[in-house]
Amino acid sequence: MLKKSLAVILSIAVAVSGLWFATKLLEPKYMSGILEGAMISEYYDDPTDHNVVFIGDCELYENISPVYLWNNYGINSYIRGSAQQLIWQSYYLAEETIRLEHPDAIVFNVLSMKYNEPQNEAYNRMTIDGMRWSSSKVGSINASMTDEENFIEYVFPILRYHSRWSDLNADDWDYLVNRDKVSFNGYYMRVDEKPAEDVPEGRPLTDYQFGDNAYYYLDKLTKLCKDNDVELILVKAPTLYPYWYDEWDQQMIDYAKSNDLTYINFLNLQDEMGLDWNKDTYDGGLHLNLSGAEKMSDYFGKVLVEEFNIPDRRGEAELDSYWNTVNDRYELEKERQTNNLELYGTVHDPDENK
Amino acid sequence: MLFTSYEFIGFLLAVFVIYYLLPGKMQWPFLLLASYAFYFIADPRYLIFIAVTSVTTFFAAKAISDKKIAFDTWFKGHKKEYEKEERKALKAAEKSKEKKIFLACLLLNLGILAVTKYTNFTIANINSIMSTFGSENGISFVDLIIPMGISFYTFQSMGYLIDVYNGKHEAQDNLFKYGLFVSFFPQLVQGPISRYSDLSKTLYEEHRFNWRTVSFGLERILWGFFKKLVIADRILVAVQAIIADTDTYNGFYAFAGAMFYALELYADFTGGIDITIGVAETMGIKVTENFIRPYFSKNIKEYWNRWHITMGTWFTDYIFYPISASQFMMKLSKKSRAKLGNNLGKRVPVYLSSFIVWFTTGIWHGASWNFIVWGLGNFVVIMISQELDPFYRWFHSKVKVAGTFGWKLFQVVRTVLIMSSLRMFDCYRDVPLTFKMFGSIFTDFSPSQLKVEAFTGMGLTVYDYAVVFVGMLILVGVSLVQRSGSVREKIATLSAPIRFVIWYGLFMATLIFGAYGIGYSASQFIYNQF
Repeated sequence: MLKKSLAVILSIAVAVSGLWFATKLLEPKYMSGILEGAMISEYYDDPTDHNVVFIGDCELYENISPVYLWNNYGINSYIRGSAQQLIWQSYYLAEETIRLEHPDAIVFNVLSMKYNEPQNEAYNRMTIDGMRWSSSKVGSINASMTDEENFIEYVFPILRYHSRWSDLNADDWDYLVNRDKVSFNGYYMRVDEKPAEDVPEGRPLTDYQFGDNAYYYLDKLTKLCKDNDVELILVKAPTLYPYWYDEWDQQMIDYAKSNDLTYINFLNLQDEMGLDWNKDTYDGGLHLNLSGAEKMSDYFGKVLVEEFNIPDRRGEAELDSYWNTVNDRYELEKERQTNNLELYGTVHDPDENK
Repeated sequence: MLFTSYEFIGFLLAVFVIYYLLPGKMQWPFLLLASYAFYFIADPRYLIFIAVTSVTTFFAAKAISDKKIAFDTWFKGHKKEYEKEERKALKAAEKSKEKKIFLACLLLNLGILAVTKYTNFTIANINSIMSTFGSENGISFVDLIIPMGISFYTFQSMGYLIDVYNGKHEAQDNLFKYGLFVSFFPQLVQGPISRYSDLSKTLYEEHRFNWRTVSFGLERILWGFFKKLVIADRILVAVQAIIADTDTYNGFYAFAGAMFYALELYADFTGGIDITIGVAETMGIKVTENFIRPYFSKNIKEYWNRWHITMGTWFTDYIFYPISASQFMMKLSKKSRAKLGNNLGKRVPVYLSSFIVWFTTGIWHGASWNFIVWGLGNFVVIMISQELDPFYRWFHSKVKVAGTFGWKLFQVVRTVLIMSSLRMFDCYRDVPLTFKMFGSIFTDFSPSQLKVEAFTGMGLTVYDYAVVFVGMLILVGVSLVQRSGSVREKIATLSAPIRFVIWYGLFMATLIFGAYGIGYSASQFIYNQF
């Protein structure tokens, strides 16, 4: 009887281990090429309590440098950003963040207000897969799923990623369990330059009104922050494309006013920040490069300190130690990308996938 | 709800757990409820059709059976009162009354099948004829729903009715029990076409949880999923590419397409049946086998005794024999023997009966000329094969190859090639195109078509083909082992670690190499459409 029980237990253990191994092997690692998929999970590795948490899409994680904010203002911040992060995903990330810590302010980039429905499975995955299991993750999955998706594929990722068996490469073995850091407290660094030329004007839309679903989650985000005494700051990053319509801007102005929130449209502050679209973007105006991100961080840091009283925490031993580590990586990455640019004309190593 | 969907697996799990938690007497009513829920989820409107078929055949069969029993009882007590001729007349009168009920029910249900499945096909043909005669005003097509599995459950019900009418067994007394026989969800969508006398043996019994039965059922389900997801749904991509672009994919590609389709259809259909039989088995219910390694058949006749067996026997028992034994055929036989001589004349009724069977087999598969021609193609091949029998005997008397491995292999390959060629009618848009593509195999062959790049341009990578190839080898290997008995029984005798490696390996192979989920379009089982 004992022998049989042991055999059953052993069989179950082997079966579960096999499934775990296969899942880990087949999951995308996002360690080269598309790094954005690895960013959400990195948040849990930061042991510090943040005063400011940025939540949103690439207009935040490529345009704000938390390292710069720390070095120059002593602001302990983190960007919980992911590619095409939709507002309901931002809401659930904010909900989880507030459950895990208590930031003074949450900064939300409003570009995602233009999406009213689930969009793209691949982007959903990059935002949601990295979240730890909680009611927030469940809520985010349910709100985000496209018609082709199934909840069970989030519970058992092997059901989604099994088809990667023919695409496995060295990264899948190298990063089977542990991953490298790809961001700097959520910031995705690029040092190269590509001037913004011929940025297209926005095409007229038939309807400029943001959707009900987008407003529903913005209301939830507002209530969440108010209920938890967290300052919600709405921002529109200064990037030139996707186009930000005046009608959209007015809706955000009105919303902020009626809900007693701060809304900052950085598109209107380009001169004050000193942005130079010939030098401060790496992809022709879609995103800022490091130079642009540091300029924006410099301006925004001042706003956070002066208008929202975000404290300067430099001098706290634990934080100093943490940020020294991040800063070292930051400088090394800056150097690596700069060297690559000189050697190969691109920030990427020649043996990188991308 | 596709058999390969997460929803079906969830549904199955729920049914399984509840089934074994319920007291034995409640098990079959619960299965009826689950079967109707399964049908309801597919489309609530389908319920009306299956309910009408169930109710009408139940009451018709009951009326026939009751009349039969009442008459037999009365007749036993009174037959001495009548002369032989009077007794014959009484029996005939009784049979005539039963026949009226029988025919009314048969026509109603076959009428439903005909209207739902064949109305637009009929309209299309009428319009085609009208346009030939210059008429521009065609009849508009009608928007009809075709209930899922209607061909299967209608045939199953009609089989039951015919058996009761012929006195093979008495009618079921309980409408709900009969309802379960018609709607039993694992076999509702693609068969097998069960006989009441077979399925009822275990369908209504109380079943206690038995690990061996359940594990055997699960193993069969897993094997079905492997065939469907790893082989059928993966090679499907290449089949679809070849069919969709006939300008590019002719010649050798058309041949490859026919071979790929043969593999896909086998893995798809037998995989679905494995899931059906496995699901039933986990609940202690025995469903009739539908395949016995058909690709090992040495001739077409044997092939049809091993492929979709329940359909073949249905057509044989309920169409071929009644037609062959009908008064009309008897008269025709007499006349043809008189006019054409005994040797040729005796074949006329047999061939006519076979022609009718294959015509109906074809049209049962689908409302299109492709299927009709496919059915008649089978008829022609079987007839030619029969007519060539003297030649084969002469050949074997001269050349001593019969019984050798080489000859057997030749016979198997020949059968596969003939059946695959006929199945090209399943694939292409219409009959002329099918003939054209078949002809192109011989006329448009070019060595450049053999390049690997040509096949990787069909939406599959070299890795995909490798998976299909290995899957096919496993299929062949299992079939070879199966010839000497149940593979599951054999595996059950192996040591626990080896059993674990086999079944866990199959599970992981299906999980990883299966063509399912995002990036793959969920493919309906091919036979669901029938």
